Amino acid sequence: MKKNFISLKELSERNIGLAPGHRACAGCPFPSIVRMVLSASDNPVVVANATGCLEVTSTIFPYSAWPVPWIHSAFENVAATIAGIETAFRVFKKRGIIPENKKINFIAFGGDGATYDIGLQALSGAIERGHNFLYILYDNQAYMNTGIQRSSATPFGANTTTSPAGKVIPGKLQDRKDITEIIAAHGTPYVAQASPSHFYDFISKIRKAFEIKGPKFIAVLSPCVPGWGYRENESIEIAKLAVETCFWPLYEIEHGVYKLTYKPAKKLPVRIWLEKQERFKHLINREELITEIQKKVDEKWERLLNLDGKKIF
Amino acid sequence: MKLKNLKKLALTGNEAAAYAMKQINPDVVAAYPITPSTEIVQIFSKYVADGEVDTEFVPVESEHSAMSVCIGASAAGARVMTATASQGLALMHEMLYIASSLRLPIVMVVGNRALSAPINIHADHSDAMGSRDSGWMQMFCENPNEVYHTVIMAVKIAEKANLPCMVEMDGFITTHEMEMVETLDDKEVQEFVKKRIPLYSVLNVEEPITIGALDLFDYYFEHKRGQVEAVFKAKKIISEVVKEYNTKFGFNFPDFVEEYETEDAEICVVAMSSAAGTLKEAIDLKRESGIKIGLIRIKTFRPFPYEILRERLRKFKAVGVMDRAETMSTLGGPLSIEIKASLYPLDKKPVIQNFIFGLGGREFSLEDAFHVIEIIENIKKGKKYDDVLYIGIRE
Ligand SMILES: Cc1ncc(C[n+]2csc(CCOP(=O)(O)OP(=O)(O)O)c2C)c(N)n1
Repeated sequence: MKKNFISLKELSERNIGLAPGHRACAGCPFPSIVRMVLSASDNPVVVANATGCLEVTSTIFPYSAWPVPWIHSAFENVAATIAGIETAFRVFKKRGIIPENKKINFIAFGGDGATYDIGLQALSGAIERGHNFLYILYDNQAYMNTGIQRSSATPFGANTTTSPAGKVIPGKLQDRKDITEIIAAHGTPYVAQASPSHFYDFISKIRKAFEIKGPKFIAVLSPCVPGWGYRENESIEIAKLAVETCFWPLYEIEHGVYKLTYKPAKKLPVRIWLEKQERFKHLINREELITEIQKKVDEKWERLLNLDGKKIF
Repeated sequence: MKLKNLKKLALTGNEAAAYAMKQINPDVVAAYPITPSTEIVQIFSKYVADGEVDTEFVPVESEHSAMSVCIGASAAGARVMTATASQGLALMHEMLYIASSLRLPIVMVVGNRALSAPINIHADHSDAMGSRDSGWMQMFCENPNEVYHTVIMAVKIAEKANLPCMVEMDGFITTHEMEMVETLDDKEVQEFVKKRIPLYSVLNVEEPITIGALDLFDYYFEHKRGQVEAVFKAKKIISEVVKEYNTKFGFNFPDFVEEYETEDAEICVVAMSSAAGTLKEAIDLKRESGIKIGLIRIKTFRPFPYEILRERLRKFKAVGVMDRAETMSTLGGPLSIEIKASLYPLDKKPVIQNFIFGLGGREFSLEDAFHVIEIIENIKKGKKYDDVLYIGIRE
């Protein structure tokens, strides 16, 4: 049996996650994402959280939905914050204050704004310095907490409050950054993309990450009901379509080796995913734009197929 | 009275700070280089490389991350130190408030330097004054010897008060000035600072807590009220720790203010940091020609010793206040504004004359100090000046 295997039964028995009463929107997938991350850990965890939806909805004083030690400091510094905690842990071990065999998994949660944009420098620095932590990017592709503003994770064409689809401009004009590749380019020991729809794949990745020493990064897609514009019961379906259309491929880069962890039996056209969401509504009759989006998805997917099994560093 | 022969070392302000840090041997130092405090980071990383300390040194990618790492490590219960100046302190600004509000006793050495623009690497207090409302304690040192001892005292003060503390000195003037520093033994330092006993730890996985929650209109105000109470309490802690240090090692360091020739003085000048040294010399010389002037040097600017200043300054006819920073409010320098506010409740109060000097490292010469003293003396005699005077400037 694989080292990082965990049965569904055991996982559901652990069931460590946000306590009921948090204020996340109905249908928001990040409570499930948090539950998967916390339940997947065999060791105690310490969590640092960047400012954003997850932080504000889970810790409204005097309540907290977190059953584990949790700290929020600011928006752009979650990687530096967890780096400081992890450093203290190391020095306490070195100085005999904490027993050498004590194990804690250090986890940082950040939204796409906290990761692709304002916190990229701190994240890059923490990775370069080699701190031992797992960074979970929950990617809802915009600044949702402040009311759906574009981020550099927002896909081309998406309507947001700062890239509005207008009479002249069809939503965001730029492509999203490929954060997974940016983090991989650091030589990060473990980098992966995951989706809550493919939860077993996600959990395996989390567990694999915990086994690896040094910085680890998992980008997990986190569809947003109000931000993307779909019904509350569709988050997982939307996430799944992002994978099945290859807009959001599931893969990992372990010590430099690419591996596609899921290949759709039949790659669906990206239009199916776009049509489901209000934020792309204005594109539906713009065939040339949809073709452009499809072309980019195809190129990236082709690239990944070529890289599958190859070592890049 | 010295209780024993202390080892004397010729050290610059930066070296003195780094040497104190070495003897403290903190758990974590996270820092980023910036003139004029870069040397502290360099010297300390050499201590780490040579195994003279077993601190974890985190060479971060910015000052924002330096303070963020300090916050994370301090919230984990570690004893944490850093150093910065100027733009670095400004870049940390957001995190300063978080450090103090999470009640984390981080100690930071600051080599005070002007803020851009225009870019300038030399001494003034613009950087420090930008963080004066951040909830940090701020202790300003006159010379390298005081820097060394204040760094050691600051650790204990911060950890007793559960508030962060800056130890500040003038860029280049003090950071790079070499002077005899009377040092303690490593063991004495260790025994004085003892171990940190944290209020809480984010590493406590057995009894998990949530730190830095969203705090809205129904609690935030009470939390801020509590924080200011902690700052009030810190005043007592500062006095106690400085007294303990002085008694233990035979020093006479001031806790809040140092008085120089004030006993029989009729007029007074208030200053901070290295300018006090120049003023002391000028006072000695001016006293020879019969001007009865004294000096009050403010050592601890935060928390602000308004009670002491109100008491000590009330007897003077005229008081000059030296500000090495502008507020750009048109009301004068920050120190003068606060001193005026401190004296406001008095029925009879001295005339306060504000002097702004030394911005961007402009030399504050003995002649400038004479000039200041003469103006204060003239005010005593009834002469009137502009509310704010700029000293040592081409106008
Ligand atoms: C320095 C700073 N700038 C701006 C903000 C305001 N702000 C808070 S959360 C947020 C957006 C968060 O976006 P993201 O990281 O994508 O997380 P999400 O809210 O979507 O979960 C912004 C802009 C802030 N808190 N701090």
